[in-house]
Amino acid sequence: MRTLIFLLQKEFRQIFRDKTILRLIIAMPIIQLLVMPLAADYEIKNINISIVDHDRSAFSQKLVSKIVASGYFKLADYGNSFEEGFRLMEKNKADLVLEIPADFEKQIIRENTQKLFVAVNAINGTKAMVGSTYLGNIISDFNQNLRTEILPPSKTSNSPQIEIVSSNWFNRFLNYPVFMVPGILVILVSMVGAFMCALNIVKEKEVGTIEQINVTPIRKHHFILGKLIPFWIIGMFVFSIGLFLVSRVVYGIVPEGSILVLYSFLSIYLLAVLGLGLIISTYSNTQQQAMSLAFFFMMIFVLMGGLFTSVDSMPEWSQWIARLNPVTYFIEVMRMVIMKGSGFNEIKNHMIIITGFAIFFNTWAIINYKKTS
Amino acid sequence: MKQFLAFVRKEFYHVFRDRKTLLLLFGMPIAQIILFGFALTNEIKNTKIVICDNSNDIATRAIIDKLEVSKNFEIEQVFLNNNEIEETFKKGKVKLVIVFPPNFNHSLNHENKAQVQIIADASDPNTANTLTMYATSIIGDYHKELMAGRKIPLQIETEMRMIYNPELKGATNFVPGVMALVLFLVSVLMTSVSIVREKESGTMEVLLVSPFNAVLVVISKAIPYFFLSIINLIVILVLSVTLLDMTIKGSVILLFLESALLIITALSLGLLISNSTASQQTAMIISLMGMLLPTVLFTGFMFPLENMPLVLQVISNIIPAKWYYIIVKSIMIKGLGFSAIWKETLILMGMTLFLLIVSIKKFKVRLS
Repeated sequence: MRTLIFLLQKEFRQIFRDKTILRLIIAMPIIQLLVMPLAADYEIKNINISIVDHDRSAFSQKLVSKIVASGYFKLADYGNSFEEGFRLMEKNKADLVLEIPADFEKQIIRENTQKLFVAVNAINGTKAMVGSTYLGNIISDFNQNLRTEILPPSKTSNSPQIEIVSSNWFNRFLNYPVFMVPGILVILVSMVGAFMCALNIVKEKEVGTIEQINVTPIRKHHFILGKLIPFWIIGMFVFSIGLFLVSRVVYGIVPEGSILVLYSFLSIYLLAVLGLGLIISTYSNTQQQAMSLAFFFMMIFVLMGGLFTSVDSMPEWSQWIARLNPVTYFIEVMRMVIMKGSGFNEIKNHMIIITGFAIFFNTWAIINYKKTS
Repeated sequence: MKQFLAFVRKEFYHVFRDRKTLLLLFGMPIAQIILFGFALTNEIKNTKIVICDNSNDIATRAIIDKLEVSKNFEIEQVFLNNNEIEETFKKGKVKLVIVFPPNFNHSLNHENKAQVQIIADASDPNTANTLTMYATSIIGDYHKELMAGRKIPLQIETEMRMIYNPELKGATNFVPGVMALVLFLVSVLMTSVSIVREKESGTMEVLLVSPFNAVLVVISKAIPYFFLSIINLIVILVLSVTLLDMTIKGSVILLFLESALLIITALSLGLLISNSTASQQTAMIISLMGMLLPTVLFTGFMFPLENMPLVLQVISNIIPAKWYYIIVKSIMIKGLGFSAIWKETLILMGMTLFLLIVSIKKFKVRLS
């Protein structure tokens, strides 16, 4: 026990001496947590539409003003040639091109039917789908209004209608930051923990000071614990600032569930990611190697943890990889507890799995850490 | 010139001696392109939904059949008490509940109006929105079939055509993004430690007392990584075409040159970081922790840039990967030529020049 206390003293002194790094690992996550959620917004508002109107009739004008008034679309161009509209799409100035044929108004009255043409820039599939659905809804609305205006009431009301009422639970206004802030916080805390822990040990290897520790009667697990505990505390600290200062004060997110549940999960989770950091450090001899390995895992953390794209829609085999990623579980738990108010009972499985990870990673690291080189 | 070549050779030795890093340098991009190329998608498939069918008649069964056939949904359970909905959501697996009221078919045929309720777990707003849209359009399809026999007056039809990506595949959007991300970050990371490592290990002093030219030392650091990144680029391009089914519609040579330009930009940024920091740790924290998330978000392949607040849109302009992403999309997917991307190319060139000049200026000939 006394050995451990001395080791901790040494570690904390080292950490507090390097002011640049200390400032970086506290300030960087906070700044990113302040800025990044604003950038991660999928609510699609400003869809640029270019309208090619060959008709220029009262009907077509009405349709155009209805589209613009909807608030989803920004009129990028209102012209006469489809080629011009398409060129705008190539230049990324327009996401959709709507072509209204000549004699639109005349035809619809005479032939009872008329066709509009829409070209959608579908490189981003989600955006394309959202845009075309909105536009489709506006057009069919316009169509419905047209009928009630022109036709006698008897002709419009006798067809069966299905009314669809949709409601969004847990997040009524589809507010993005509530969804993103907890997830981004998880990533930042994991980065600080795993990465700093790995670099710290490898630095001792590179500078050579690890030799001095290896020749002392310090036990393996003492050494590992001495490295784990400081970064565990830093992780807790960064998380608390993120949760109470940034997410609570700046974004106004009040967790639905209990803070206790979050912290008990966090305390085990941090052991797991720090364990991963330790494993990285036992396999690398230079900081550059540790960094390359850490980079690889970071990318997987960020892109495969369900932060931005949902895990459920990945192909089967990559869902398995996501399941081997501790970050996935913590992001899920954060969102469940903060948004839905889930309790211990609902996150029981997550808890068991993350404990498994923590034990597995740390045992691996202790076994693999050799006092002789 | 001879002096320069000697320096370059020294740098190559450094790189090739560290077998582990070398292995990672080549292995990582391959693994990442394959992994993310397949895994990243916004298509929503096989989502578990629950249906509360309180009427269980011809109409509701027909709609449920339609939902079942759709690849977007996986129906978990058909009967559920209304109170259990919240419990189900809290467990986290089910994302959507569709409730049919009693006597659905009866009201549809006799009162000409029936109601369906769609309840989404909106803790993930994007999924909620998309799923509601899917379900709405499936029910709409049923309605259309129902109406098929009748003649609807004044019908406006809309023909939608999806350009560039008719099947709305996620890969079309994500593969260029992952290319930009991997190429850019790997190059920055590797060079960002190159100079500061010599400072830390003390060998910089040896270089400083020799009659060298500062500019040449700085540039020679970047050269091995330039060649390695070019090899990575070739591997990445081959993988995305063969494995991820991307087609390069435009000129391959142009794409190659533009990618080389991005690599040079990234290497210059790495050199700048390396010149301005005092320890490898600081350099790594900046280039890895500081740049990973901003690059992912501001490149614009995850979230459309035009949705962001104006300030962030302005900030996104300083991320080189953003310009490269636009270039790659234009060449690979739209098949456009140089005339469409000269502006982006010019911006990248300007950035490179700026970064190089600053990092050479920052290079100190004195130790402290």
